Amino acid sequence: MNQTLPTTVTDNKPLEGKAVIEINNVKKSFGKQEILKDISLQLITGENLIVLGKSGSGKSVLIKCLVGLLTVDSGSITILDNEITTSNRKELNKLREKIGFLFQSGALYDSMTVKQNIEFPLRRIKKGLSEKEIAEKVNEVLEHVDLVSSLHKMPSELSGGMRKRISLARTIAVDPMIMLYDEPTTGLDPITSDEISTLILNVQKEYKTSSIIITHDMKCAKKTADRILMLKDGLIYKEGTIDEFENSTDPYIKSFTM
Amino acid sequence: MKKFTPVAAIKTFATKQSIQVSEKTIAKSKNASNFLTDLADVFLFIKMIVRETFTRNFELKEFLRQCFQIGYKSLPLISITGIIMGLVLTIQSRPVLADFGAISMLPSMISLSLIREMGPVITALICAGKIGSGMGAELGSMKVTEQIDAMEVSSANPVKFLLVTRVLAVTLMVPLLTIYADALGILGSWVGTNIKGDVTFTLFFAQALAPVEFVDLIPATVKTFFFGAVIGFVGCYKGYNAGSGTQGVGNAANSAVVLASLLIFIVDMIAVQITDIIIS
Repeated sequence: MNQTLPTTVTDNKPLEGKAVIEINNVKKSFGKQEILKDISLQLITGENLIVLGKSGSGKSVLIKCLVGLLTVDSGSITILDNEITTSNRKELNKLREKIGFLFQSGALYDSMTVKQNIEFPLRRIKKGLSEKEIAEKVNEVLEHVDLVSSLHKMPSELSGGMRKRISLARTIAVDPMIMLYDEPTTGLDPITSDEISTLILNVQKEYKTSSIIITHDMKCAKKTADRILMLKDGLIYKEGTIDEFENSTDPYIKSFTM
Repeated sequence: MKKFTPVAAIKTFATKQSIQVSEKTIAKSKNASNFLTDLADVFLFIKMIVRETFTRNFELKEFLRQCFQIGYKSLPLISITGIIMGLVLTIQSRPVLADFGAISMLPSMISLSLIREMGPVITALICAGKIGSGMGAELGSMKVTEQIDAMEVSSANPVKFLLVTRVLAVTLMVPLLTIYADALGILGSWVGTNIKGDVTFTLFFAQALAPVEFVDLIPATVKTFFFGAVIGFVGCYKGYNAGSGTQGVGNAANSAVVLASLLIFIVDMIAVQITDIIIS
């Protein structure tokens, strides 16, 4: 099936208030274990949607389904008006060019320097760029995460927080419309976690991205959330604002916010 | 696409045909079905790499980097192995040939042994240990740390970037390393001969290469391409399908060496049989 991408993808200007991601009745199991039982949600243009939940609640599985790293058992996922559950590899790759994914581990390529890591997606997605433009872009994103001095370092020479920031720089280098953050502050100290949360807000502001942030870190959620959605046992447990979550008397929600 | 499970298929078939199949029989068939499923996975994996090899946007830079890593960085190990191979073979063979008064046959015997069999097989086994395990561990750890997923979401094709380049590089480098090991093996043999004798380098080489014909060189070289491909496919398959955690990476590296070494002997046996049929 040859689907042509709609103007929302090519123009890089999704409409205000429009859903950029729409998930309907998604189910996903591994063997007999049901991870996502019936998930439906929307990500609105320009918002930061926090997906909260304890470990094993299916948060990471959910965003991996969004970029086609995992296939859903049933349901539909529409991103920028493209149904990804029926897309072929070529269509999926075209769509992935508009999505940035920050992995929990950073996922920097060990055999490449920081510069090569950032150039890797840039050379493949922005094919028309000259060497000078690539160098400028690499410098720009490294300035954004305040790590220009690490240009020629190998990932093994970086600390956990630096790896996350370089990974974020690599992701934003291709000017994504949608950002997916998989536990961006996990394993970091409170100061570095706060720096990453600030960077997430900066990315939203400067790159006009719409983001889904998977986390169980309430500090990060408080700082970055426009809307929060809580997962429990593969289902959406509660949806609301940060104030609604903080004022909730539900013991399960309180165990997160306390 | 619904995944085919042979055990479920057996149960369904038995139910449809009203055949009594005990749980014990089904349990026993599980091992066989797992083996067949693994075999099918291997063939699909090879098919995927071969298909991607002939599509556009070949990763030339990464291919050259892999050639450097696999070929150039293996030179010290192959050099030492090659020289020792020739030296030891000469020292061991000399007394036997001396008993038969055929010591003048030593250079030609050593060169033919090295070129036809010892050089290709030993070089391939060394490469299986060094390169196969390296590939298994590197790709395995890339999978565990989500680097392969990161490539996938960057719209890059990890099969093309990681697997095609590695398989092609090792397929090309193993024959070159074998030729290099053969040459050093003959040099080692000259050193071994001169421990108890006095033969000039040029005379030894002339005697060593005199009996070597194309019929010795071509099959021996052709089979090294297959050895290289075996190391590449096995290393990539084990690494790309590594289990989770450090144990998964360790298992991938270990099983890559074991399986590649075993397959090298099997391929060698088949190659020798085919060569024998063609020559005779």
